[in-house]
Amino acid sequence: MIIDDKKLIFELPETGGRRQYIPEGERLTKDLEAWYGQDKMRDELDFPNLSEIQVIRHYTNLSAKNYGVENGPYPLGSCTMKYNPKVNEDVTAMPKFAGLHPMQPCPTVQGTLKVMHDHELALCDLTGMDRFTFQPAAGAHGELTGILLIHAYHLDKGDEKRKYMLIPDSAHGTNPASAVMAGFKVREVKSNPSGEVDIEDLKAKLDDEVAGMMLTNPNTLGIFDPNTAEIAKLVHEAGGLMYYDGANLNPIMMHVRPGDMGYDVVHLNVHKTLSTPHGGGGPGAGPVGCKEFLAPYLPYPVLTEEDGQYYWDYDRPKSYGRVRSFYGPIAVYLRSHAFMLANGVEGLADAAEAAVANANYLYYSLKDLYDTSSDNPVMHEFVFSGDRQAKQGCTTMDLAKRMIDYGIHPPTVYFPLTVHEAMMVEPTDTETKEGLDKIVHTFKEIAKEVETNPELLHEAPHHTPVRRPDEVKAAKDLVLKYTK
Amino acid sequence: MYYVPISREERAKMLESVGCSIDKLYAHIPEELKLKHENIKYLGEKGLSEKELLDYFKAAADLNITVDEYDSYLGAGYYDHYVPTPIKHIIGRQEFLTSYTPYQQEISQGTLQATFEWQTYITRLTGMDVANSSMYDGATAVAEAALMALRDKKKANKVWLSAGLHPQYIETVETYLASQGLEYEVGELNAEGQSYDSFPTGKDYAAFIVQSPNFYGVVEDLEILAEKAHAQGALAVAVCDPIAMTLLKTPGEAGCDIACGEAQALGGGLNYGGPSLGYLCCTDKLVRKMPGRICGQTTDEDGNYAYVLTLQAREQHIRRERATSNICTAQALLATGATIYMALMGRDGMREIAWQCADKARYLQEQLLDTGLFEPLYSGPFFREFALKAKDGLDLEQLNEKLLEQGIIGGPVLENNVWLLAVTEKKDQAAMDNFVATVKKLAKKED
Repeated sequence: MIIDDKKLIFELPETGGRRQYIPEGERLTKDLEAWYGQDKMRDELDFPNLSEIQVIRHYTNLSAKNYGVENGPYPLGSCTMKYNPKVNEDVTAMPKFAGLHPMQPCPTVQGTLKVMHDHELALCDLTGMDRFTFQPAAGAHGELTGILLIHAYHLDKGDEKRKYMLIPDSAHGTNPASAVMAGFKVREVKSNPSGEVDIEDLKAKLDDEVAGMMLTNPNTLGIFDPNTAEIAKLVHEAGGLMYYDGANLNPIMMHVRPGDMGYDVVHLNVHKTLSTPHGGGGPGAGPVGCKEFLAPYLPYPVLTEEDGQYYWDYDRPKSYGRVRSFYGPIAVYLRSHAFMLANGVEGLADAAEAAVANANYLYYSLKDLYDTSSDNPVMHEFVFSGDRQAKQGCTTMDLAKRMIDYGIHPPTVYFPLTVHEAMMVEPTDTETKEGLDKIVHTFKEIAKEVETNPELLHEAPHHTPVRRPDEVKAAKDLVLKYTK
Repeated sequence: MYYVPISREERAKMLESVGCSIDKLYAHIPEELKLKHENIKYLGEKGLSEKELLDYFKAAADLNITVDEYDSYLGAGYYDHYVPTPIKHIIGRQEFLTSYTPYQQEISQGTLQATFEWQTYITRLTGMDVANSSMYDGATAVAEAALMALRDKKKANKVWLSAGLHPQYIETVETYLASQGLEYEVGELNAEGQSYDSFPTGKDYAAFIVQSPNFYGVVEDLEILAEKAHAQGALAVAVCDPIAMTLLKTPGEAGCDIACGEAQALGGGLNYGGPSLGYLCCTDKLVRKMPGRICGQTTDEDGNYAYVLTLQAREQHIRRERATSNICTAQALLATGATIYMALMGRDGMREIAWQCADKARYLQEQLLDTGLFEPLYSGPFFREFALKAKDGLDLEQLNEKLLEQGIIGGPVLENNVWLLAVTEKKDQAAMDNFVATVKKLAKKED
């Protein structure tokens, strides 16, 4: 059955039959409006009065216009769209966790603090770091938080000339944006066609003005940089620190740890690696870990245990401050901790291997049909170039839109910027064999269609509620809210 | 309890069938870098079954005491409003819960339209021209608003902050500004609890930032803010509570340039302070300087209305180090939850909640003043929250401890023995009367 509900909530007819969610009460005080002053009150509030069933139907029908992880394959590269376990939702919804106010005295929140303390230990196991802060609300927020640690460290050493952050040209756009927000200038380091750091270029860019280097490993092309230890050594010798962007941690969980590769600071994207839901664009969580020598600079308060009692320590004289209110997205961390406990070391290592095996299965099945940028072994994801198909008149965008017709979510497209017509494919550890085969089938059929029936691609997708919205018009004639 | 559907044996066969070997997958990683299991300190080798997992969390949860079990008067930026049951059912739907940022618009119209509706609701609430898709929380929304103002007023290098701004917001602004060599000043509140007597003069300020109701609950005059800020060439930034705005003059009506803050109160629940929901609105003029994702309406190939992420040229994935902010993920699911909250409540429900908050807070303050134990810190009208100074050497920290033994969680004690107390529509008169009587009894015993 097709649901064809195109109305906005503001276009629904008003109704008199409404639910009452809170008890009506008589006012306990008099003349409230006069107390504030008539001239301090607002105009009419233009919110429609609707019944519960109207609202529920509206948003249920809207939800049907979304594609989720439970609908089918979601090989969206760099986003790690793995299954979000149901039990995690039940854990975080427990009233005894959800009903805590952040200003409660620590003795009344020992359960949550214990879980968070355990989670910090688990994250240290996973990354090889010594301490974590939970404040960052997302990956990019974690980057800012982590880079500020490097900033605070050099400042505390009186080393004020270190103004540059090294970032590879293949890095995610948040890396340079975060470095600038933390007060650094960006010095770009070249990478070779496999996305590996060009060691000679790195050496040329290193001097005593370099504060550190931000890297993902495996890199954006899904390739493990074998020179990782040497890179860390060179940067350290120049007095810089190593920042690990945890965007691609999934394939190396419990195989290799950033801390053992020479990194000093790391952020994780728990909504990728540790299975918490993406929510259509948040809430995420981006905890930041560091080696012991950086711990004094971490944002306050820091979770501390003494004689089995947990509390928040605000007495952190070298802390650079806070990056948000309260302690962080606690309800997200309950989920990520549940994921880690459910897996154990063995399960996490196995999930990593499954992510790599699934990506390689797709890669080996398809590499003759699409251009590849490198011959190196791939990890959890790989990048195809759609150049060959583009020359035949079908762009990567056409390919992606046609994939929707086949019932899979398209890969990430036009990223990384270093690859033409890029398609970044990441099946994740929780994809099924039939899901993988569906992806292979789709890519193969579409490669054929490029040659036999390119119109099919140009007109795709064919069965969605909308087709290729006009983005140029959206940016030119801005309509950012509903007006009657 | 693993979530991986394909066994290792099946993976080996699967890879073999396409000319790859499972043994090769990690072969290129240098041996000396590989994990040594003796370095694992906490996590068990084996995972837990679902039953064991739930046992672990239930045991931990039992150590918590919630605000529904005790009688709580906590606020300070996070408020215990009633959350209607339908919200969790809708945002728990996997289509909203598990999907990614809506890059493929054709299969993301659900999230996109909900975001467009959020932007419409929040602009109607604030009276501002435009809103973005959400921010991490109130603190980062204020910090990003400060940076936004500094981008707009390029000649200025500092912002002015009201002393009534949430202390954690001030601390976050400090962090965001300090590393970039930008500055801020903090003013003072007058006897009424208003910021306007300490507004600075001079052209070095990119923005005057005032919170209303402020940290002490006092409703600030935003019209004076807008007038005085504009007179000095600065932007007027109002940090406003979404529930209070259903009654009180909006930042838009007052002529402010940016409105932002924490919207957890809109059905977000408590969750020990996170995840939270920041919002950010501005005038049409400033829209291209905004951080974060913005949803716009357009048409598709068949002429249907469609929703897309727009103005992406401001963002990090296009502009990299020249982006307006590094933000990409925000709080889409919570914004959808808040949208559903506003839809369920409607204008009548929203305003009833706000009136109850104002009424009950005022009642409680009057009752506590009647005990003779306190005097108000500020004299101005407040909303949902108020600050009291203890008289005659009454030690509030000790009082809080004794209250806790009676199952009551008092408000936080601020500097100079000041008590910050908040109530929402959830509080009933009987609880407040019991609270006041208990305070009276405990204060007496102390003498």
